[in-house]
Amino acid sequence: MKILVGIKRVVDYSVRIQVKKDGSGVETGGVKLSINPFDEIALEEALRIREKRMPAEVVAVSIGPGDVQQQLRTALAMGADRAILVETAEAVQPLMAARIFHELAKRENADLVILGKQAIDDDCNQTGQMLAALWDRPQATFASAVELKDKTLRVTREVDAGLEVMDVDLPAVVTTDLRLNTPRFVKMPDIMKAKSKPLATLKLAELGIAPAPALEYVSYAAPVPRSGGHKLESVQALVKELRDRGVLS
Amino acid sequence: MSKILVIAEHDGTNLNSSTARAVSCALAIGGDIDIAVFAADGKAVCEAAARLKGVKQVLRIARPENQAPLAAVLAPQIAKLSSGYSHVLAPSTTFGKDVLPRAAALAAAPQVSDVMKVMDPHTFQRPIYAGNAIATVKAPTQPCVFATVRTASWIAAPEGGSASVTDQTVETALPSHSRYVELKKDSSDRPDLQSASRVVSGGRGVGSKENFAVIYKLADKLGAAVGASRAAVDAGFVPNDLQVGQTGKIIAPDLYIAVGISGAIQHITGIKDARTIVAINRDGDAPIFQVADLGLVGDLFQLLPELEQELDKG
Repeated sequence: MKILVGIKRVVDYSVRIQVKKDGSGVETGGVKLSINPFDEIALEEALRIREKRMPAEVVAVSIGPGDVQQQLRTALAMGADRAILVETAEAVQPLMAARIFHELAKRENADLVILGKQAIDDDCNQTGQMLAALWDRPQATFASAVELKDKTLRVTREVDAGLEVMDVDLPAVVTTDLRLNTPRFVKMPDIMKAKSKPLATLKLAELGIAPAPALEYVSYAAPVPRSGGHKLESVQALVKELRDRGVLS
Repeated sequence: MSKILVIAEHDGTNLNSSTARAVSCALAIGGDIDIAVFAADGKAVCEAAARLKGVKQVLRIARPENQAPLAAVLAPQIAKLSSGYSHVLAPSTTFGKDVLPRAAALAAAPQVSDVMKVMDPHTFQRPIYAGNAIATVKAPTQPCVFATVRTASWIAAPEGGSASVTDQTVETALPSHSRYVELKKDSSDRPDLQSASRVVSGGRGVGSKENFAVIYKLADKLGAAVGASRAAVDAGFVPNDLQVGQTGKIIAPDLYIAVGISGAIQHITGIKDARTIVAINRDGDAPIFQVADLGLVGDLFQLLPELEQELDKG
């Protein structure tokens, strides 16, 4: 069984985001970069499936500039068997990312692709769904539980109305939600071991993928800050104020 | 002129209110607005959709395969229908987020996620970095604009319309590789935290799992969902699906009452689009008061029962 896992490098979740003064983007210079948290969950789930279903191979895949190797080494230290970096200096939007993953899924003959449900930078929540469409395979998005039964996956999905359960035939695409698992910590000996694991670099231009239509990001702005209101002296004053504002009937 | 198709979200019988919010976004784009209802039957849903003001036509695509909201089944039908439209919109709920990107990819189009504002028919504002920045994006005009609509940013289109309902067949091969099993609904009758119009949340200040009863009580009085800060979840007062904030749920109810929550940045990120925020906290210097519209300083165990009493006077 072969499992592909998407690893996207993003601005670390703890960084306070600043929009550049000229509105051309978000400050990313000198800030801490990490693996997208949902992707760490994706990798953890792949490793757990491998532990139950040997022989299985977990391949970590990233798209980005050359130094994304650093995040892929972290993925290898967590336990991925090997890694592939699709190298490009350009920002890659979801439809293009889906085309790249589709190409790799075919080349690798993957049984399962696990991706984060969204990246915490662009918050698009599209790539897994788009990959499943292009690959013409099932998708199980926002997974909070995954159970492998022979050639079928039973996936519990976090939907607005509760928990939805669905069965999908492999090969399939799964995207992860927060509650699926808690990713393991990387141990020192594993970091050493990861240095000798295979990491292949492919130039995006060499994959022969047609550029996908994309959105033009015109400008960026900081959100309008919320200004605090006032404190009231009593519960009565609060209820009156809420009724006056039409918030309570 | 734009021709806009809005994908209805429903449970087979009732139209989900997020659909009316997506219609509002369609009205901001301007043009003819149709609603597509994919269902096994869907007659009642179509009638509700036809009542939304501004809608020209409701398309009823009824076939047994459309019984459950499976993206792999609905997306090929949406992609096929999209050829007659300039825009296809769906609410940015788990339903819309699941199905629309699949349809967009089949139509070889990019998608605009979480539209919060329409600048012109092809230019939109959307939040990135959990709402800590707002991007203005321009979508290509061809083949069609696919977009999900951030429901918290739009007020539901009112009723009072009388659109026609048309039965439509969409000829496409549908896959059998994806099978719906069941929906496990939350056992409580409380509204869903993600979509509730009122939310009462408790934080570390509530003190214990047992004490959280006061939060549930007030929530029930208001018909509100219950949420919690990360501190309350980490302390084990409530399960983690109630967590509101950057790493939990990002919500935008009409009324948000934060009880015993100090207001860490990660929590504020999850609530800053709420229409009215009320903070109840013992510490008058707590950061939550910097974002709250209305605040009460005092002991929550005294103020909450008082608040319930006052609400009863209604």
